[in-house]
Amino acid sequence: MSVPILNASGCLDALAAPAVARSLDGFVTKTVTPLPRDGNPPVRIAETDVGMLNSIGLQNPGIEAFVTDHLPQLAQLAVPIWVSVGGFTAADYAETCAALDPRPEVAALELNVSCPNVEEAPESIAELVAAARAETSKPLYAKLSPAVPDIAELARAAETSGADGLSLVNTIRGLALDERTLAPRLARGAGGLSGPALKPLALAAIFACRLATDLPIVGMGGVQTGNDALELLAVGACAVSLGTVLFADPEAPARVRRELGDAAAAHGFASAADAVGAAHTARGEPALVRDQPKVSV
Amino acid sequence: MGAYTLLRVERGGLEPGIPGQFFMLSPPGRLLPRPMSVCLAPPGELAFLLEVVGPGTRALAALDSGAELAVFGPLGNGFRLDVGRPLLVGGGVGIAPFPYASEALGGPRAVLGFRSAAHAEAAALVPQAEVVLEPTYVTECLPGGEWDVLACGPEPMLERVRALAPTAQLAWEAPMACGYGGCYGCVVEVEGRLKRLCVDGPVLEAAA
Repeated sequence: MSVPILNASGCLDALAAPAVARSLDGFVTKTVTPLPRDGNPPVRIAETDVGMLNSIGLQNPGIEAFVTDHLPQLAQLAVPIWVSVGGFTAADYAETCAALDPRPEVAALELNVSCPNVEEAPESIAELVAAARAETSKPLYAKLSPAVPDIAELARAAETSGADGLSLVNTIRGLALDERTLAPRLARGAGGLSGPALKPLALAAIFACRLATDLPIVGMGGVQTGNDALELLAVGACAVSLGTVLFADPEAPARVRRELGDAAAAHGFASAADAVGAAHTARGEPALVRDQPKVSV
Repeated sequence: MGAYTLLRVERGGLEPGIPGQFFMLSPPGRLLPRPMSVCLAPPGELAFLLEVVGPGTRALAALDSGAELAVFGPLGNGFRLDVGRPLLVGGGVGIAPFPYASEALGGPRAVLGFRSAAHAEAAALVPQAEVVLEPTYVTECLPGGEWDVLACGPEPMLERVRALAPTAQLAWEAPMACGYGGCYGCVVEVEGRLKRLCVDGPVLEAAA
C-alpha cells in the first residue's frame, strides 16, 4: 500500500506541465470560484530566508469556463482530479460544488476555506462545509489554516458538518521587505507563507487534528524531502501534498516518493503507509491508532 | 563585467534555446531558482549576465569556479528572429539577452542605456553598441526611420518603447518561482491584461 502524493492547490498547472501532473497520484487544481478572477496585481511572489510568500489572489477562469474548457483537458491526463473550491460566501461554495457534482472527471473536492490572500467568507467553517455538503456526494476535504487558536475545534466542526477529510495546512500570512527600500515586496503587502517555515505548523496541526477526529488527512506544508513526508505521516497524515518544492524541482514527486520509501525502510517500516500515526504510538498512545484512513484517489 | 557578473556554465547536453528564452538557476542555499535569460551560448557553454540585487543573485555571483549549479530550461518564448531591420534597445541588466540575439541576427545596430560607466562596461558584449548614460535615456536616442525593435529593460523603458515602436518585441522581467506555469507569480499587466511571463512571454509583442 503506497502513500498518495499530490500537489498542493495552486502550485502546479497540469495543462502547462502535464508530465509533472502525471507523476502525481492525484492532481489538485488551482482554486475555482463562481466568477472569473484576475487575481492580485503584481508583484505577487517573494522568497524569504525561511520560505516563500505568494499573493496570487485566486486567479482563475470561473466555474463555467473551468467545467467547459479546463476539465475535459484535465481528464485527458488520466490522473485523478481534485478540484479546489473557493468563494466569498457559503452560497459561492454551494454553487461551485453543485456545478462539479455531476462531473465524472472529478475525483474529489477540496474546500479552500483558508486563503490568506482574499477576504474571508463571513460564515463559519461549519456553515461553509454544510453548504457544500448539501450539493455534492463527492469526497469533500476541508483545507484549514494553522493560523487559528484551536485547529482541532475547526476539524471537529468540519467533520460534524459532513466533511470526508481534511487538507492540512494552508499558508499563513507573512510579509517581506525590499532590502534596499524597506518597502513591502508584494504589491498587496502581505501574502501566504509556504515552504520550510510551514512544516512545524503543519506537524502541529495534523498532530492535533488526528487526535480530534477520525477524518483522513492530506498533509502538506514545507515538504522538501522524503523525510519531511515521513514526518507528516507520522503525526497522522495518510497522503502528502507537495507545494513550494515543485517550483524549484519539477521532478520532486518521483524523488520524494523514492526518498519516502527509503526513509520508511530506514525506520523499520515495511512501507511508508505503516508510518502513519507513528508519532502517536511513539508517545505510548496505542488507543489513538485507528484504522488507517484511506484517501480516495 | 563592470558592475555586473557574467556567470559561465558548462551546459553538457542542454540546448541553449533561442535568444530571449531563459533558464531557472538554483542559487546554493536558496529555496527558489532565479530566471536568467541566455546571454551567450558558445559551444558547450551557457553564459548569464546578472546584477546582484538580493540574496539569490548574490549567491549566484559568489559561486566559485568549478562549483555545481542546477539549471532548468530553456523556458518561455524568445524573440522572433525573422525581422528585416533589427534594432536592439536595452536598459541596464536588460541587455542580458542581446549578445546572443546580436549573434543570431548578424550583429545589428544596438542602443544600450546604463546608469553609470561601470555598468556600461557590459556593452562590450554587444557588437556595434551605441552607449547612452543617464541622465539621458536610451529612448531619447533611438535612430530615425523604420526599425524592427527588440527591447529588454526596466518597465518604464519598455512602456516608452511601446509608445515609440508599436511593432516592437518587448522582453519583460518579473519575480518568478517556477518558470513553467505553476505559480502564477510572474504576471505583468500589459494593456490591462495579465500575462504569465514564463509561458506567455517573457517576450511579448508590444501591440499584444
